[in-house]
Amino acid sequence: MNKKKEKQKNTFEKIYEVIKTMASKPSGLIGLTILIFHVILAITSPLYVPYDYKAIDPTLMLTPPSSEFWFGTDSLGRDVFTRTILGGRTALTVTFFGSLIALLWGGSLGIFCGLVGGKIDDVVMRVIDAFLSIPWILAMLLIVSLLGTTTLVLIPALGFFYGKGIVRVARAATHDVIAKDFIVSARARGHSNMSIIWNEILPNVRDAIMVEGAMRWSWMLLGFSSLSFLGFGVSPPTPDWGLMISNARGLMSFAYWAVLAPIFGLSSLIIGINLTADAFAKALGIDRSTKAPV
Amino acid sequence: MFFLVIKRILLGLITLFIVSLITFAGVEVLPGDACTTYLERQAFGEALEACYQRLGLNVPAYERYISWAWGVLQWDFGYSLSGEMKINEVLGPKVKNSLVLASASILIGIPIALLLGIVTALWRDRLPDIIISTVTIFSMTIPEFISATLLILIVAIWLEWLPGIVIVPTGATISELLPNIILPVIAISMIMTAHMARMVRSSVIQVMASDYVQMAILKGVPYWKMVFRHVLPNALLPAINVVALTIAWLLGGVVVTEVVFNYPGLGRLVIESISNRDLPVVQALAIILASIYVGINLIADLTTLMLNPRLKSLQIKK
Repeated sequence: MNKKKEKQKNTFEKIYEVIKTMASKPSGLIGLTILIFHVILAITSPLYVPYDYKAIDPTLMLTPPSSEFWFGTDSLGRDVFTRTILGGRTALTVTFFGSLIALLWGGSLGIFCGLVGGKIDDVVMRVIDAFLSIPWILAMLLIVSLLGTTTLVLIPALGFFYGKGIVRVARAATHDVIAKDFIVSARARGHSNMSIIWNEILPNVRDAIMVEGAMRWSWMLLGFSSLSFLGFGVSPPTPDWGLMISNARGLMSFAYWAVLAPIFGLSSLIIGINLTADAFAKALGIDRSTKAPV
Repeated sequence: MFFLVIKRILLGLITLFIVSLITFAGVEVLPGDACTTYLERQAFGEALEACYQRLGLNVPAYERYISWAWGVLQWDFGYSLSGEMKINEVLGPKVKNSLVLASASILIGIPIALLLGIVTALWRDRLPDIIISTVTIFSMTIPEFISATLLILIVAIWLEWLPGIVIVPTGATISELLPNIILPVIAISMIMTAHMARMVRSSVIQVMASDYVQMAILKGVPYWKMVFRHVLPNALLPAINVVALTIAWLLGGVVVTEVVFNYPGLGRLVIESISNRDLPVVQALAIILASIYVGINLIADLTTLMLNPRLKSLQIKK
């Protein structure tokens, strides 16, 4: 009991240490600030939005920004400020849970493949390679257009599709530790496979997998918003940045505000997640600039 | 060496084979088929039978797969559902247009990326590096459709320098395309260039810290001679593979950018065929895009093999 408490305390201390290292550099601090700001905004924004996000008013079409409508109104007379601060909620929820799914299935399959090796490993890696060579946009569009665009489809679909890259990373990380002495001695002590995975391998590959998951998060957000931009993501009138940009794009020669506000929201969130992931990787001592976006 | 090359090519072919199986099976297990989509509400009785007969859907799946795959090998993808056109006739000009766009972006992007990467690595943590690295982080993380929309807003609408929308027919010649593709090319190459520049940077920094470069410095080799003779050849080699992966990833970006600029390439075909549930076209597109991906990676692998003497000798020893 006492030991377990001590272990828990160590985990919290480690998390605190990592966050402290991340915040010690300006880029990491900026990233964390933006990300935390967006998360707080997403959680609390329904409490203080000034207008109803789906209230259509033909008399207020394309009003320029004013003290009444801070970011103006869109082509249906809806308040752009309201829709912009609500616009990150779906994106954040879908991509966060999507990354968790990607992390879980990619990580466990990767560790499994690295551990068993042999024929099974060969076959799985071939199939993963094949999936990697289908462009993400084609696969995602196909899944979404055939199964629908509800959150319940989008989360597992994105999670599945962005998890295949994690399989490779987890497998490589497992390969690195598997020949080490402590694994061999754990085997010699007669530990079961599960116990070796849980106590010996996982603590050593966890960092690499988590950094990979953080990276996937920003790419998944990019993929998700591209889908909604193309009209295959969340369905209107749900406020979503990608959808807002795509709707306001045709009229941007006279109503630039309706397109700039969601662009600012989405770009700042993506940059925030990216800087955070970068700082996270550096704090754990992993160089992510040598990785290609697959 | 020879066996290694053959092995890589075989692995690529196996990957493509699995891709074709996945796409074929994926379309097969989903509810509905070409005939029910095409006939919509009249999909019953004799009309359905006749349609199955005509499209040859009344034979078992594995036979259809074999005849489809055989056709694909001969650049024959069968008929599309909308308009019942031969797919390869629809695809031809669009593939060409997309290739023009992609190769222009690559030709512009790679030299700039090399230059930026080398500059940032050599002036590491000093002013040029800080400025360029910040800019690359921005241009790398912002999605294509946002940078494309901003480019149209600023360059085409506010400054009125260039056309914001591509208005050329699908069969346009390259010279007709050229003035129209400036903005799309900038939008596509921004992300790619930034990614590559970062990889080149970290690769150069790694080599600069290696023993043989330290040795060259101690021997008194002039700085620029050291950079060009000792650092760059060793630093750029590992970057080739990663660059290939970036180019392959670009395929998705090309699709989105083409939609934003209304460019008559594969991207719009992807969206149209998926909205219309034109599954034969989707299958054809999947196999073509996957072949491009596998091809680029194969070329990168082989180039690395050719250029890296260490890998050659390793293979001979085995």
